[in-house]
Amino acid sequence: MATLHTRSSARLMLTPSVILLLCWMIVPLAMTLYFSFLRYNLLMPGTEEWIGFLNYQFFVEDPAFWASLINTLLLVGGTLLITVVGGTFLAILLDQPFFGQGIVRLLVIAPFFVMPTVSALVWKNMLMHPVNGLFAWVARAFGAQPVDWLAEVPLLSVTIIVSWAWLPFATLIILTALQSLDQDQKEAAEMDGAGIFSIFWHITLPHLARALTVVVLIETIFLLSVFAEIFVTTNGGPGTESTNLTYLIYMQALLFYDAGAASAGGVIAIILANIVAIFLIRMIGKNLEA
Amino acid sequence: MARTVTTNRKLVFTVIGWAIGLTLFFPILWTFLTSFKTEGEAIATPPSFLFFDWTLENYLTVNDRSDYFRHAINSVVISLGSTALGLLVAIPAAWSMAFTPTKRTKDILMWMLSTKMLPAVGVLVPITLIFRDTGLMDTRTGLVIVLMLMNLPIIVWMLFTYFKEIPGEILEAARMDGATLGKEIIYVLAPMAVPGIASTLLLNIILAWNEAFWTVLLTTNNAAPLTAMIAQYSSPEGLFWSKLSAASMLAIAPILVMGWFSQKQLVRGLTFGAVK
Repeated sequence: MATLHTRSSARLMLTPSVILLLCWMIVPLAMTLYFSFLRYNLLMPGTEEWIGFLNYQFFVEDPAFWASLINTLLLVGGTLLITVVGGTFLAILLDQPFFGQGIVRLLVIAPFFVMPTVSALVWKNMLMHPVNGLFAWVARAFGAQPVDWLAEVPLLSVTIIVSWAWLPFATLIILTALQSLDQDQKEAAEMDGAGIFSIFWHITLPHLARALTVVVLIETIFLLSVFAEIFVTTNGGPGTESTNLTYLIYMQALLFYDAGAASAGGVIAIILANIVAIFLIRMIGKNLEA
Repeated sequence: MARTVTTNRKLVFTVIGWAIGLTLFFPILWTFLTSFKTEGEAIATPPSFLFFDWTLENYLTVNDRSDYFRHAINSVVISLGSTALGLLVAIPAAWSMAFTPTKRTKDILMWMLSTKMLPAVGVLVPITLIFRDTGLMDTRTGLVIVLMLMNLPIIVWMLFTYFKEIPGEILEAARMDGATLGKEIIYVLAPMAVPGIASTLLLNIILAWNEAFWTVLLTTNNAAPLTAMIAQYSSPEGLFWSKLSAASMLAIAPILVMGWFSQKQLVRGLTFGAVK
């Protein structure tokens, strides 16, 4: 009787969260799916009609889609490469005892707490500006021609800005994993005459495998949705050079008012994100059992 | 002998560590310095690093120029509101899943996690239309709702991992001693749960404060928080670097301090307990 009572009250406590998330997931998702099959321009209300897969065809045949898809992969891949390699290096460094370690740690993780619009504008203006920016001054000091970062290499610039913000995340997670490494094992290896690199390769790296996978998967989920950094710096340009999928869909929806095409793009974005999500969810699920 | 080697090693790492730390922190430091310069000094070549006429003028004018306080209040209301509302819904859910798990608990948790994987842009059109038709566009209420729903899975998950660490036997013992449900919560559960709730609160305020997709796209002016206010500086006429810097420092400082205090919880919250 008592258990029955607790069980029903437990269900009661769970219900609001489940209902809210169910609505949040199903209602907009169903709407996106429905709109994606409509000719639906927000400036011409009342002209909606069912057009089947035409929006998808239109979206996929648009060269901007392929450009944005490649840009998305480059942005995500580039950022992952920088943050995972850099993060591993930084974590190992921060794991060594040195003077002022705690303060350096605070300095390293600080960029993660800077809101995207601030970091993007600070980099765009004060660092990457081709005339008055600090990088231009450094380039001239070395007698080189300053680079107009956001005009000449827009995607790389955005990748750098985003990497700066996500490097602390990778570092912090890898560092946390590193600190749970069994020191005895390392000392035993050292006594057996193993060098720094072989210890790293055979002991540290396998221990970090799990944390690294988590970093890659979680960053991918967030990086597929990079928006503000592009919005305030390049506006996706020049041309489509720094347009990612998120930005392309935003343009279709809120600049061209084509709700149908934007919805078709949204469905494609959801499918892409889900491919990554399946792996992540499976991994976390395994952890839950352990 | 061995001792000098370790000290030398420590010194080498101190130099490398500080060099890299300061390099990564530099954009923030540079923003901080620029915020005390005049506009002329801000764009001067060669740039001055410390020896300029420090002025507070930018901080004094930032409110007049971009209505800082109104946007700051919006940020506070939106981040605190969405987090508080989220906690209100999530605490009972996480509690029930942690203490009376059923065979579906795991599935529910995994499903909640999967809603977090939904890319925001995938539902941009419907949310924009719903906001337009219900008058939620450019309102704080609208943003509180969206950000609450967006972060709800993280809140439930974080609370769940914390609550699960509370030994269930203690609750049983309290129940045996005749404690009612209310007393059980106030005297037994709350003291043990508060640290977990506090960390969850902290991380979610940070996430909501820095959210820059919905806050930028669903506001125009009235409800615009600091993320959206700063975005307005991207227009060419807004290129006043020392004012941008002052506004930026004011926008990031509170959350930076909070972030520094919550670095441990950050790992746990953002990895859904997969890395502790």
